[in-house]
Amino acid sequence: MSQTYKRLFALGAEFDSAASVYHAAEKVRDAGYTVWDAHSPFPVHGMDKAMGMKKSWLSAFVFVCGLTGFFTGLLLVTITSFGIYPTNVNGKPNDWAHGMLAIQFFFPVMYELTILFAAFGATFGMIIRNGLPRLHHPIFNWSRFAKVSDDKFFIVIEARDPQFSEARTKALLEEIGGKHVTNVYDLE
Amino acid sequence: MASETIIQSEDGVVRLHTPPELAKIPLVNHDRSFHWITENVSSICEEKTRKWWWLAFLFFCPIALLVPTLLSYQVANGVGVWGENAPFGWAWDITNFVFWIGIGHAGTLISAILFLTRQKWRTSINRSAEAMTLFAVMCAALYPGFHVGRFWKAWYLFPIPNWNGLWQNYRSPLLWDVFAVSTYFTVSVLFWYVGLIPDLAMMRDRAKSKIKQWAYGIFALGWRGGNRHWQHYEMAYLILAGLSTPLVLSVHSIVSFDFATSIVPGWHTTIFPPYFVAGAIFGGFAMVLTLMLPARLIYPQIDDMMTRNHVDKMAKIILLTGSIVGYAYLMELFVALVYAGNFYEYNAFYNRTTGWYSWHYIAMMTCNVVAPQIFWSKKMRHNYIVVFGICQLVNAGMWYERFVIIGTTLGQDFLPSSWGHYTPSWVEVLTFVGTFGFFVTAFLFFMRFLPMICAFEVKAVKPEADPHFHPQDDGHHAKPAEAAIH
Repeated sequence: MSQTYKRLFALGAEFDSAASVYHAAEKVRDAGYTVWDAHSPFPVHGMDKAMGMKKSWLSAFVFVCGLTGFFTGLLLVTITSFGIYPTNVNGKPNDWAHGMLAIQFFFPVMYELTILFAAFGATFGMIIRNGLPRLHHPIFNWSRFAKVSDDKFFIVIEARDPQFSEARTKALLEEIGGKHVTNVYDLE
Repeated sequence: MASETIIQSEDGVVRLHTPPELAKIPLVNHDRSFHWITENVSSICEEKTRKWWWLAFLFFCPIALLVPTLLSYQVANGVGVWGENAPFGWAWDITNFVFWIGIGHAGTLISAILFLTRQKWRTSINRSAEAMTLFAVMCAALYPGFHVGRFWKAWYLFPIPNWNGLWQNYRSPLLWDVFAVSTYFTVSVLFWYVGLIPDLAMMRDRAKSKIKQWAYGIFALGWRGGNRHWQHYEMAYLILAGLSTPLVLSVHSIVSFDFATSIVPGWHTTIFPPYFVAGAIFGGFAMVLTLMLPARLIYPQIDDMMTRNHVDKMAKIILLTGSIVGYAYLMELFVALVYAGNFYEYNAFYNRTTGWYSWHYIAMMTCNVVAPQIFWSKKMRHNYIVVFGICQLVNAGMWYERFVIIGTTLGQDFLPSSWGHYTPSWVEVLTFVGTFGFFVTAFLFFMRFLPMICAFEVKAVKPEADPHFHPQDDGHHAKPAEAAIH
């Protein structure tokens, strides 16, 4: 390839087991780094704590989406059934004044829309919050990193971390047991 | 003091000593490594297409083509080419609709309800069961769409503003069905896709050719497996499981409302929602095993992930749900014949059990209630031929159940003058056969191009995936007790 990889993006270290990356993450956290991540083929139980991360707020976003779905359903059924297209079904009330007393009929539609909107919120909220989709990422320039979806674990400390210094960070990663500590470069 | 169960060791840690017969059965046999799992899951789609696949494809694809052919014939000639006529406004179409949608429910049960109840054995079967759900719901959705007669006006089912100013009747259970089934399909796709992302990344990272790298890469969305991603991912997955659980229960409840909210004797009962949901899970598990057992035969390497223990557990679920369904059948009879004292209700069930369609009723009882009782025997649960055979009986039995509910009820209702017989037309029969062809063909494509087993979840349930696992000491057996003490 003719492209030149110059700007240092991050320092990466490889680990062999979930246990070793877990304990290494605790040490990186204690060293005060903030812009870093621990990569693994599967979610490692307790890693959030080892990295000093708070609970995901995605659930709050999904709750708002669910509420939106519920009110969308409510407005959809009431506006059409009481307002713009009132129909007489089995003599059930079909105006605004009395229709709300017979709201039970509309429950399934509101219920399904609540779930639908919340599910969209969970899926797309997760994708957007994770900064996805993206076609490329500098970390993929590191050939060993392809093993992340197989059986290897990685800790990657990015160069934009305020604590970052090429020499000291490298020493830390080696000290905590990282193998193949590598400079990962980005395009200029 | 029961020294066999609790031992105080020198270092002061209480270790729970498990007797061998109570030891946990490992979820992955032969203590396979993470890399072994990656290799054996992805090799199924990476290897050259095998001969059996082409043979199966050449057999099932023409059958699948019956669906578009016969539906075109139906659209061109009108819904009269189906054998339905008064009093049978509904017959095979709604039977097949309920049959297929019910099959889908096992996939959601495995992926959502077993996830929430922390049944870790679900990990190796959830992907294929969810794929099965999607294909089954596609087959199901055909029927109401085409039963409207003028298929090109099926969009009137949805609340789309139109220049006639018409809006739907939201008090109708048939409209609830539209919302329930379309939501169910959409959420199932989302749930399935979210579960696929890390494994698509695995396929991308292994892909050799440029086309594969792009194809898997685009759908993997640039997944890097960082914990800052996993954190939100796990939350999203948990929420989707939490949403799918009430959804799957509501979908088949709403399907049962199609019948239960009518005033036809034999349909107008409150027992329907739980009875339909149990039946759906029952029939769906039989279909999961129908697909899974041949897959294990073809790919012996997945045997260590989809173990004998998995088949055993699914057979137990079939036994449980089959017995719930059996209880519902008997309760229905009890209510109608003994308890309620309603003449028409009595008559409906009298005719159902002894009338024109009584052989359907006997087939239903035999296949759904009697046949699964064989699973009380562990030996039978471990005999794959028996399990496969019983699953076929259950598949047939669940179809009969839907026909019994629909056919016998409509055939002999209030007035003998309005009674009538029903025979399916060749178009209906071949359309139904075609849906099976579509179902299997779609599953063949799924097996060929996507990892059939959720590799990252199988890795995550292995003992060494726990960050506190240390192979040098007693291993994971000591861990639960330690965790409980500290």
